[in-house]
Amino acid sequence: MNAVNAADTSFIIFSTALVMLMTPGLALFYGGMVRRKNVLSITIHSYAAMAIVSIQWVVIGYSLCFGKDFAGFIGGFQFLGLQGVGFLPNANYAATIPQSLFMLFQLMFAIITPAIISGAIAERMKFFAFSVFILLWSLIVYDPITHWVWGAGGWLRNLGVLDFAGGNVVEISSGISALVAAIVIGRRKKLKTITPHNIPMTMLGAGILWFGWFGFNAGSALAINGVALNAFITTNTSAAAGIIAWSICEIASRGKVTSLGIASGMVAGLVAITPGAGFVSPMASLIIGGIGGALCFYCVTIVKQRLGYDDSLDAFGCHGIGGIWGGIATGIFASKAINSAGANGLMYGNIKLVGIQLIAVVSTIAYAAIMTFIILKVMGKFMSLRVTSEEEMDGLDVSLHGEEAYGGIDI
Amino acid sequence: MNEKFSKVDIITSSRKFEELKEALNAIGVSGMTVSNVLGCGMQKGHKEFYRGLALDINLLPKIKVEIVVCDIPVELVVETAQKVLHTGKMGDGKIFIYDVKNIIRISNGAEGRDALRYDK
Repeated sequence: MNAVNAADTSFIIFSTALVMLMTPGLALFYGGMVRRKNVLSITIHSYAAMAIVSIQWVVIGYSLCFGKDFAGFIGGFQFLGLQGVGFLPNANYAATIPQSLFMLFQLMFAIITPAIISGAIAERMKFFAFSVFILLWSLIVYDPITHWVWGAGGWLRNLGVLDFAGGNVVEISSGISALVAAIVIGRRKKLKTITPHNIPMTMLGAGILWFGWFGFNAGSALAINGVALNAFITTNTSAAAGIIAWSICEIASRGKVTSLGIASGMVAGLVAITPGAGFVSPMASLIIGGIGGALCFYCVTIVKQRLGYDDSLDAFGCHGIGGIWGGIATGIFASKAINSAGANGLMYGNIKLVGIQLIAVVSTIAYAAIMTFIILKVMGKFMSLRVTSEEEMDGLDVSLHGEEAYGGIDI
Repeated sequence: MNEKFSKVDIITSSRKFEELKEALNAIGVSGMTVSNVLGCGMQKGHKEFYRGLALDINLLPKIKVEIVVCDIPVELVVETAQKVLHTGKMGDGKIFIYDVKNIIRISNGAEGRDALRYDK
């Protein structure tokens, strides 16, 4: 019989609220980067995720992730409709906070993950199709991967994979799916002429993401302890290192530091530290964030242009690439001195952890890519995924939602 | 001074602005002034919804492209713009042509035809 700890519980309630705020933050972050005629459409994608995933989660999603294990692949129906999810802690996940709170904390992760994908299909996907997609994606991609990594009995958890706050579960799964969705749905028209319409909005969104990420990473310790505070420090350090690295790349290649670059480097640093936040030292997070920023810069500014896919707002470039690097980096830098529940990585003589991390990265990439492709192809048989060319030119705000963000004459 | 200058105003939907700009560049129009404007004509607009309230929006966002030409024939400009912008539907927009008395370039005081030309 475990006792609920009041300090831990208060901390996780606060963290849950912080993570919730990340999704509106993401809406602002993305909203500023689209053209003014599409800002409402991209904003609504994030809010739709809040509504759809919240319901999916309490009805079945939580149970599929954290219910009784089935073959290491998915949870069962044990917690269907939140049956048995109450004030009593579940020692498999967090021994000192109510299971209902753990469920809520996890819900916020489940919400932001499909919302991230919207960045890759911005300005061209039908709203109805996106809504159906995130429901199916949550059930078919997010819930199983979460079970593999975090669910009791999940095959990656049993293998000993380290994913502190969702490098596989959130970042790689959404980033890879975003890339697949961008390719399946195709490029926007007149791609070369598209510019962001409100960068201050993006900067505000980026700031809210950084703020919320403290709940995301420190909260993932699920208790107030040294690991939580270590995660807090590594998160902040890695974000800063991501900014510096991205800015240096910008100076080297174009001679100017841009605000959008600062926002992107920050996200790259935050993504990269997510899987390792509670396992690596602050000095390691400096390296992880720095390399993460540089890798994402390379992917967003060079690889994307060269390959020609339209990952509009760099969901893959930041979350996919940053997440993959973060997963591998955790295998390199993890230390038992930081977190006794973790493992030693390559730097501490355990090359095996790198292998385990690679298995997790590769299996997440493969599963998310294949399933996203199948979901979109099957959906495409029943509905059109993409707006018509006329709707695209008029802007999705007016053509799909009957609203303008900044309409009328200025009076 | 017997040169004739014309100003061409094209008011149209923003949809094809990029094509228009490219096509005008291709016939040698290198300078233009573009603004976002709101306007209404035969096209009666669309419905928008705010908290359930349906509103007829008849002032639609358009763009206005202003060009002054001398050496390039006005007919060519008009023909090019029509070719790019024509869909046959209401809302394609209008083209207005005016005579221009004179042109003065502020940086060096050049007037008339010289004010439109740039020596590389």
